[in-house]
Amino acid sequence: MSSATAHRPDTTRAIVQPADLHDEYVSRPASARKRARLAREVTSQVLLTLVLLLFLMPFIWMVATALKPGNEVFASPPSLFGSEILWSNFADAWTFVPFGRFMWNGLVVSVLGTVLVCVTSVFAAYSFARMRFRGRSALFALYLVTLLVPQEVVVIPMFIFMQELGWQNSYQALILPWAFTAFGTFLLRQFFLTVPRELEEAATVDGASRLRILLTIIVPIAKPAIGVLAVFTFINYWNSFLWPLIIISTQDMATVPIGLNSFLGQQGNQWQLLMAASTISMLPTALIVIFLQRHLVKGIALSGLGGR
Amino acid sequence: MTSSTTAGAPTTSSAPRRAPSLKRREARTAYAFLAPSGVGFFAFTLGPIIASVVIAFFAWPVFGERSFVGFQNFVTIFTSDPIFWRTVGNTLLFVVLYVPLNFVLALGLALWISPRIRGRGLYRLLFFLPAVTPIVANALVWRLLVQPNGVFADIASWFGVEQFNPLGNEAGAMAAVVAMSLWQGFGYNMLVFSAGLDSIPDHLYEAASLDGANAPRRFWHVTLPMLSPSLFFAAVMTLITSFQVFAQPYVLTGGGPGVGTTTMVMYLYQRGFQLFDLGTASAVATVLFAIIAMITAVQFLGQRKWVHYE
Repeated sequence: MSSATAHRPDTTRAIVQPADLHDEYVSRPASARKRARLAREVTSQVLLTLVLLLFLMPFIWMVATALKPGNEVFASPPSLFGSEILWSNFADAWTFVPFGRFMWNGLVVSVLGTVLVCVTSVFAAYSFARMRFRGRSALFALYLVTLLVPQEVVVIPMFIFMQELGWQNSYQALILPWAFTAFGTFLLRQFFLTVPRELEEAATVDGASRLRILLTIIVPIAKPAIGVLAVFTFINYWNSFLWPLIIISTQDMATVPIGLNSFLGQQGNQWQLLMAASTISMLPTALIVIFLQRHLVKGIALSGLGGR
Repeated sequence: MTSSTTAGAPTTSSAPRRAPSLKRREARTAYAFLAPSGVGFFAFTLGPIIASVVIAFFAWPVFGERSFVGFQNFVTIFTSDPIFWRTVGNTLLFVVLYVPLNFVLALGLALWISPRIRGRGLYRLLFFLPAVTPIVANALVWRLLVQPNGVFADIASWFGVEQFNPLGNEAGAMAAVVAMSLWQGFGYNMLVFSAGLDSIPDHLYEAASLDGANAPRRFWHVTLPMLSPSLFFAAVMTLITSFQVFAQPYVLTGGGPGVGTTTMVMYLYQRGFQLFDLGTASAVATVLFAIIAMITAVQFLGQRKWVHYE
């Protein structure tokens, strides 16, 4: 890495400038410079690809195992591919446990939860960012304080609350407890504050209501921020484990992680089916992230969704 | 709706009279906008936070009578509980191993990928992938790998290590949990640091170079200070979340061998939902929260010493 950073001033510029322009800045002969740069680039690429392959090895092994005959999962010596490629494992995983049901439950909970979080956050965030009312700063401070309280701390009162309402083992119990956390409101408020007031003032002069201003001016501008909130809310709901483990008691209400966990130990771990199911379980969030990667990197940087 | 245009009317006498009504109307709209979030917030966030402390002072079985017992639950876990302190120790050990390693990996890779490498978007994305896939699925894959007859054992045997079974002893099991958690989690911080690195202006490095600063000095005097807000934020978040570790040991090791990898949240779960003792579980949650709050407070107090905001 030290060699990679040795010529740091040029390297940062290389991001924004074409390679030939880049060379004007240095005194060494262009050809020698270019060759050294190319060599460094190639070395870096090769090393990084190796590290990445090593890093992705668990995923690679997961997919490979998902395609093996069951009796070859622990074959020794190990081989990436079994004696035959069994695509049928994916279909078998689907029926071995009600995996379609788990996926459906997960989608219902994640989609509804995401919509709820986004809608309530947009309205609350706009209210905090742009409107005056008594108790605004105190209320916002309360919101902020709760950001530091981990979900794990409140699962017990939440469980009792759901019990009192008679909501155990239901969609609303999976969705509602995590649909009103302060995070979305905080994130969107930060973004709304950066929208110039002049944009709204013109609309106000034209007689537009607050609701109209919010929906036709602010929300379109804030789409990237709302999108980031939506993606991460979806991912959190989809991957959530502790709470469903506590509140869900029947298989027909299980979400994907609970379903996967219940797989384990059933009729002597069918690892090839379990790996097929794991592969399927990763698809929704992985695809979302792959398609939206550029926005997400920006969003993570701006909003502070990091630090897991 | 139309009042905003009439409010501008140049009658001096009407202005002070109309202003408060406008204000009141705005406040009414504001409360209406806030209501859905606010009601849910009090019912599902603030209420449970307060209740979690209250419940810790009760004997509160899942089924049956509850009764106020004062500090009894805390006394129990602090003095007569055979494993509470073990779970605190395990959690602290996890945090102490996980957080620094996470930072080294995340910052190291962010530096490596950031400046000039072609396809860096793809690299970042792929290193980030385990962070967005279900932890349970990730942990299951690792469980497959570290089985005594799994592929890691085969690789170990090439290096002359026979009887490879990390989950069979406490140190090995904790190492497996930490390794799996790092693999799963460092991508978040890598992205945060990458974005932070991208936003450092070139001219700072140029100026430093002109002053004769070499690469390590530039890293120490330009990169680190400029990155310090990102580092601080990531430190706070990573510490909070690492104290909450649950799914990795639950799926990978089952908390074992013995209670070797049982964490505080895992203990909270067992105590509350397997032993049906919600009062004591709440006491565990309260202690967990107190630890997190203290550490976060210390971090915020300490940030003035090293975090540079522009």
